[in-house]
Amino acid sequence: MKVLMKGNEAIAEAAVRAGCRAFFGYPITPQNEIPEYFSRRMPEVGGVFVQAESEVSAINMVYGAAGSGARVMTSSSSPGISLKQEGISYICAAELPCVIVNMVRGGPGLGGILPAQSDYFQAVKGGGHGDYRMLVYGPSTVQEAVDIMYEAFDKADKYRIPVMILGDGVLGQIMEAIELPEMVDIQTIPKKEWATDGTGVGESRRVINTLKIKPEVLEEVNNRLADKYKSLSKHEVRYEQYRTEDAEIIFVAYGTVARISKSAVDTLRDKGIKAGLFRPITLYPFPSDPLLSLSKLRSSKKFLAIELSMGQMVEDVRLAVNGNKPVDFFGKVGGIIITPDDIVNYVIKEK
Amino acid sequence: MSTIYIDKELCKGCAVCVSFCPLKLINMSDHDVNASGYAIAEMNSDSCTACAICAMMCPDSAITVVKEDKK
Amino acid sequence: MSVVYKKSKMLTNVPLNYCPGCTHGIVHKLVAETLEEINAEGNVIGIAPVGCAVFAYDFFNCDMQQVAHGRAPACATGIKRCNPDKIVFAYQGDGDIASIGTAEIVHAAARGENFTVVFINNAIYGMTGGQMAPTTLVGQKTTTSPFGRGKMQGNPIKLTEMLATLDGPSYLARVSVSDPANVRKAKKAIKKAFENQVNGKGFSMVEVLSTCPTNWHMTPVQALDFVKNEMTKVFPLGVYKDC
Repeated sequence: MKVLMKGNEAIAEAAVRAGCRAFFGYPITPQNEIPEYFSRRMPEVGGVFVQAESEVSAINMVYGAAGSGARVMTSSSSPGISLKQEGISYICAAELPCVIVNMVRGGPGLGGILPAQSDYFQAVKGGGHGDYRMLVYGPSTVQEAVDIMYEAFDKADKYRIPVMILGDGVLGQIMEAIELPEMVDIQTIPKKEWATDGTGVGESRRVINTLKIKPEVLEEVNNRLADKYKSLSKHEVRYEQYRTEDAEIIFVAYGTVARISKSAVDTLRDKGIKAGLFRPITLYPFPSDPLLSLSKLRSSKKFLAIELSMGQMVEDVRLAVNGNKPVDFFGKVGGIIITPDDIVNYVIKEK
Repeated sequence: MSTIYIDKELCKGCAVCVSFCPLKLINMSDHDVNASGYAIAEMNSDSCTACAICAMMCPDSAITVVKEDKK
Repeated sequence: MSVVYKKSKMLTNVPLNYCPGCTHGIVHKLVAETLEEINAEGNVIGIAPVGCAVFAYDFFNCDMQQVAHGRAPACATGIKRCNPDKIVFAYQGDGDIASIGTAEIVHAAARGENFTVVFINNAIYGMTGGQMAPTTLVGQKTTTSPFGRGKMQGNPIKLTEMLATLDGPSYLARVSVSDPANVRKAKKAIKKAFENQVNGKGFSMVEVLSTCPTNWHMTPVQALDFVKNEMTKVFPLGVYKDC
């Protein structure tokens, strides 16, 4: 049965259904419906909701809860996510599972509250100090966000890694008819033997610690993390292709912009221009190999990265395409949304 | 006889026990050092009353106190 | 013969890495003995701060988390809310709790979070080499207040008094470990702070005036005297809240 829900609320409900029983957050537009929803919903399912004193505190509450074995998440928007970076670095170092939603708004600084994709670098390159990554998804529709959220906690547990859902104000605010997943029986979630649940004593004592004074030990941690990221690249890459088989110009776009780009593909096709769309769903690991394959097709002449930024993902597209074909960039910033016509006009003008 | 046992390797020679023993029965060894190079505290008396003040003040939990059972 | 005093089983066999005479060891012992006395073995999660006590994760014989600088009360909130039946404690120094982590401690106290905080106030940053702390006394020389803490370097923050203005906390006390009588009192206060948690009474914090012989450039015994004679003038001992 389909229900009509706002993106932010649908994401929160999907988390509850995935077994998330703890949420720690701090108000910031445009994600406020997430903490608001949890504040009503958690008491119904015996979960925990705390409005923290800051994003810094919220992410450290996540650290404590995740370390003690809970399914836990937080959400915020760009300036708040910047504040969380310290905690995210520690969470990665301690190899704790959690989910973080970033409903991106335009920056830098306080910026605006309208949709943007200007936190791409921060999300996929680490963001805080040290050598680390997160598993990052860029859902394009509310349904996709719900489905990804439902899986995100399993992925986080499997790899002991934070999973970031990178959305924007459009995804958070739009209302769509969606199919919600079944409620997970939380008893069936595998027990985390490494977690500090308080039962440890003597030999069974568990320690969650990110201090590695001995260089060999810290090196080992970094190597283990690197192996984890290799494993993500091997098993977790997700993307969608739309009319790329014979496309001459291939758009590369994610999230909200991918939806808009899809319309532009159809319009251009109607005008006789062979356009296609490559849509990364995982932003880290980035789907480089399939993009490389597309760049080797005789039919593909040119790539166009389209983003609500001054050009961030385009760098990963260029790395993937590796000089095989030209990669152009088209973007808008400040919260001004790209329309299908903008893209169509840009393509026709540049042709 | 009541007495104390000082774990030689836990002792850091801070001399807090020496200072607080009410009967001044503990002194710093003038010849013995442990593996970490600390001069260590030692008990050289059979007058200990097992009051445990030294152990309570020892920051390194190096002191075990035993009391002679009453006959 | 009977053993009347020995190392608590709630401490591991790892030798403490603190400097000779540092009173962190005394406070570790008091916390460990308390955990033993309230039968918390196998039911405790402790939090180690950033600072000298970061290695506390090696010393307490229970599950431990080490957390970012100053964030222990937030971390403890996350743990305790998800594990209300477990005993949760945060062990923090003055820089951790009264400087970089001021927001975290104030709000955990304001919410009345049901965990226990042990706050070691030795008026200096020990681990980093003796810099000025939020609790450094006026006139006290440190490596970043080489002429003595002056007017424009702030006044000592009296955290326990600050928190006592809030409705959230259940128990707030300042104790010292400068001598046997005070160690006994400190033990009592720490035990009460843990018992409050067991009884669901909410946030409890014990501030312990402690020494840093190394960075104060004093012998351990001189340092204990400094606590007794100088620190207690600025940081009066006592119970600041008990309800």
